[in-house]
Amino acid sequence: MQGGMLGSGFVEDSLKRALEWDPDFIGCDAGSTDGGATSLGTGACAYSKAAVKRDLRLAMLGAREKKIPLLIGSSGYAGGDINLAWAVDITREIAREERLKFKMAVIHSEQDKKYLKKKLAAGKITPLKPVIPFSEDVIDRSEHIVGMMGAEPFIRAMEQGAEVIMAGRSSDTSIFAALPLMRGVSPGPAWHAAKILECGAACVTHRLRGDCMFARIGSESFIIEPPNLDYACSPASVAAHTFYETSNPVNLYEPSGMVDTTTAVYEAVNDRVVRVTGSGFVHADQYTIKLEGSERVGYQTISVVGICDPWLLSQLDDWLKLLTDKVKVRATEVFGPEVANGGYILHIRVYGRNGVMGKSEPLMDKPLHEVGLVFEVTAATQDLANGLMSMITYLGLHQSVPQWKGRVSNFAFPYSPKEVPRGPLYRFNMNHVVEPADPYEMFPMEMETV
Amino acid sequence: MARLMDIAQLCRSKNAGPFSLTFDFMFDKVENYRRVKDSGILSKALIQKLYGTPPDDIEIFYVEAARGIKITIPRPMIQGDPEDSDQYGCQQFRPLAELELPD
Repeated sequence: MQGGMLGSGFVEDSLKRALEWDPDFIGCDAGSTDGGATSLGTGACAYSKAAVKRDLRLAMLGAREKKIPLLIGSSGYAGGDINLAWAVDITREIAREERLKFKMAVIHSEQDKKYLKKKLAAGKITPLKPVIPFSEDVIDRSEHIVGMMGAEPFIRAMEQGAEVIMAGRSSDTSIFAALPLMRGVSPGPAWHAAKILECGAACVTHRLRGDCMFARIGSESFIIEPPNLDYACSPASVAAHTFYETSNPVNLYEPSGMVDTTTAVYEAVNDRVVRVTGSGFVHADQYTIKLEGSERVGYQTISVVGICDPWLLSQLDDWLKLLTDKVKVRATEVFGPEVANGGYILHIRVYGRNGVMGKSEPLMDKPLHEVGLVFEVTAATQDLANGLMSMITYLGLHQSVPQWKGRVSNFAFPYSPKEVPRGPLYRFNMNHVVEPADPYEMFPMEMETV
Repeated sequence: MARLMDIAQLCRSKNAGPFSLTFDFMFDKVENYRRVKDSGILSKALIQKLYGTPPDDIEIFYVEAARGIKITIPRPMIQGDPEDSDQYGCQQFRPLAELELPD
């Protein structure tokens, strides 16, 4: 069974009902790349400790009550060593508070830069599509790098008696495919069911909030049933789930091969339960592990302003271009030519026009009555970004609008102070896979008795 | 004249990892799914026009079991780059949702 995304919540009654159905294990995905590269860059979880602790406590109590394994993947959101240590500490804290005793496996996914450089030199790192540049330099620039583990490290931990598994970055599906594969279930239904389970209640017809999901997985078929009685699955809602956040809706790639759903048949068992047959799996010739790396681009400061002056709005782009030029001149005076020429990135988002779609916005020429601007400056240090932003907002506040005579003030600032330091800015920097010698060498494990 | 958003139960865009952007069009009625599929309106040429993607980089999938159509392109900007305006890629679908369907 799936306990919902750790930290995003599930209904306690749903978990209780699912436990009454005697599951063989509880799995929880605790992370994603969706929130951006910051979690991997800084090691901070995207959810609060209180939210993660609430969900984890209920899952741990349920698993210990039923004496079944609890598998947590992508601990602490990004699954790097800092993220993982944070989540493991919460697990120990809950164990103390609830007087639980169990064997815990901690599986690391943070990657050693020397190991990756050796793999790169040996031609064992290859790009996925879309291809982005990669070199030793990218490895060096990375704040943290994780590998996305397959089902094998989970299986090894269970075979060694782990009752709670806290794993670093994991493919969402390996968490749920591990136990069925260990019990000898065919890989097609095991991986396909895992994909349906990984987002919890996302595969129901009308999702009201995040919740648990339950699957009965066999070698011929699997059955999906929501433990929340207000929810229903339909053949189309289950089939549709392989669309969610995937690039290909019928073939899903895992470290050990490809899940093939083109031959899958979805049928209603009743008005809320669905059976899936015919799921296929094609083993890969080469076992591969996907990498995720996060590098610091710089430090950022933003400022939010509103404009509704009709004259200014009628010439907004030219006016902003002029402001950008003036900033450069003033930056040379204050910070010197090195900073002024390529030492910062100024970006201006125009909400109310194309703040969301940028260059792809087809309605650029619609008349404007009000826009919100977000000025965003990225530079080598926070001090420099702050200094540049105060310069930008001051110059823009009083930059002339030709149709008005006299001193103008152009920006409605909703906040004081007007500059908001955002801290370090991180970006993802690799879309590559590694060929490891075996499924375990990138994922060292420690066992402890809690 | 019906727009795609009038007959789809869901028009959605989302990251498929930090480097790809994917659009999903889901239908509760199979005839609506077929109507859009058969119209050929969701073409590579259209995606190229709207998002500037070279046709060879565009993938379009029709899955009748899910009554869904998926289009995947490389993200116009890598997630989190300074110019990226949509970390989740979740609000990039509007021009497609507003497409008018031939009668």
